[in-house]
Amino acid sequence: MIKATPKPLEEIINYVKDFNKILVAGCDGCVTVCEAGGMKEAKVLGSALRLYFTQAGKDHEVVETTVTRQCDKEYLAELKDMVENADAVVSIACGCGIQYLTEMYNDKIVFPGVDTHFMGINADRGIFEERCAGCGQCVLASTGGICPIARCSKRMLNGPCGGSEAGKCEISKDTPCGWHLIYERLEKLGQVDRFTQPVDPKNWRTSRDGGPRVIIREDLRKAEPQHGSAHS
Amino acid sequence: MRLQYPTDIHIIKVPCTGRVDLFHLLQAFEQGADGVFVAGCLEGDCHYMHGNLYARKRVERAKEILAATGIGRDRVEMYNLSAGQGTRWAEICREFDERIRNLGPSPIRFAHEKKAA
Ligand code: SF4
Ligand code: SF4
Repeated sequence: MIKATPKPLEEIINYVKDFNKILVAGCDGCVTVCEAGGMKEAKVLGSALRLYFTQAGKDHEVVETTVTRQCDKEYLAELKDMVENADAVVSIACGCGIQYLTEMYNDKIVFPGVDTHFMGINADRGIFEERCAGCGQCVLASTGGICPIARCSKRMLNGPCGGSEAGKCEISKDTPCGWHLIYERLEKLGQVDRFTQPVDPKNWRTSRDGGPRVIIREDLRKAEPQHGSAHS
Repeated sequence: MRLQYPTDIHIIKVPCTGRVDLFHLLQAFEQGADGVFVAGCLEGDCHYMHGNLYARKRVERAKEILAATGIGRDRVEMYNLSAGQGTRWAEICREFDERIRNLGPSPIRFAHEKKAA
């Protein structure tokens, strides 16, 4: 899921300090799992902002809530009254949710309350690791199920590079070399011949190189009423 | 053993300090508490394994938040003692009471009183 971390409180206070009515909007999706933007975090942020405003002697009304997902307009619609009643909104959903909320309530000022980092896994309590960079054309089938884009610091398709040492990446002794992992896994699978031929360059247009991306799945789209149908 | 400790300390019992969440600590301040301390079992002695260690981390987070909001980080503290240390309990209460008296009333209580007046 998407991994985010709460922004420093000082930064959020700085955004909202000149507003009176503030809505803290959390999301029950990914950011609840990584404990950055769920109900608990909304309550903490709401409480912290009330403490700040009260001690500063400023009039205020801070309320907090969450919706099932801020990346769906059906759920964002539930916020209508609360958003309308607020002077500013702090969204603690991921960057997608924050933007969709902004798009839906276009005349409202919306601030980000988290920093969104990557798509990753929960390695342990409080440890989140990146696994996929959303390149749009998955190559895991030929890399032993280990992603060279997300897990090689140089995103190389023909690794490892000369910086790989004792299984670690040259950027840090704490970072496993993605290509070392790929080699070990392919060796286990008896597929190391993959390394005898360089692979062709990847089509990066499916990644960010093609600009902002949109997926249109015709099979999922709403069916248009058909001409001449019995119901028309 | 009849030990004296300051009478204006309000005790909220929880089964384990691991139950104390960050927003519980903040809510106490919102309601006008001048200071809050969490008294957990000795480290290594938690009946639920790690409850008191989690509590300490939350108290640390509460300190950061209270500092950023202008309430001050010293108004919240974590102590560890066993159920058998009555003398230590009384000592902690006096120590914390004195610390908070030196800091004076919480700005939140001031604001509440001003509003009520
Ligand atoms: S808005 Fe972001 S955090 Fe919330 S469910 Fe959607 S993707 Fe996940
Ligand atoms: S190859 Fe692309 S889609 Fe597959 S895991 Fe890596 S970044 Fe994600």
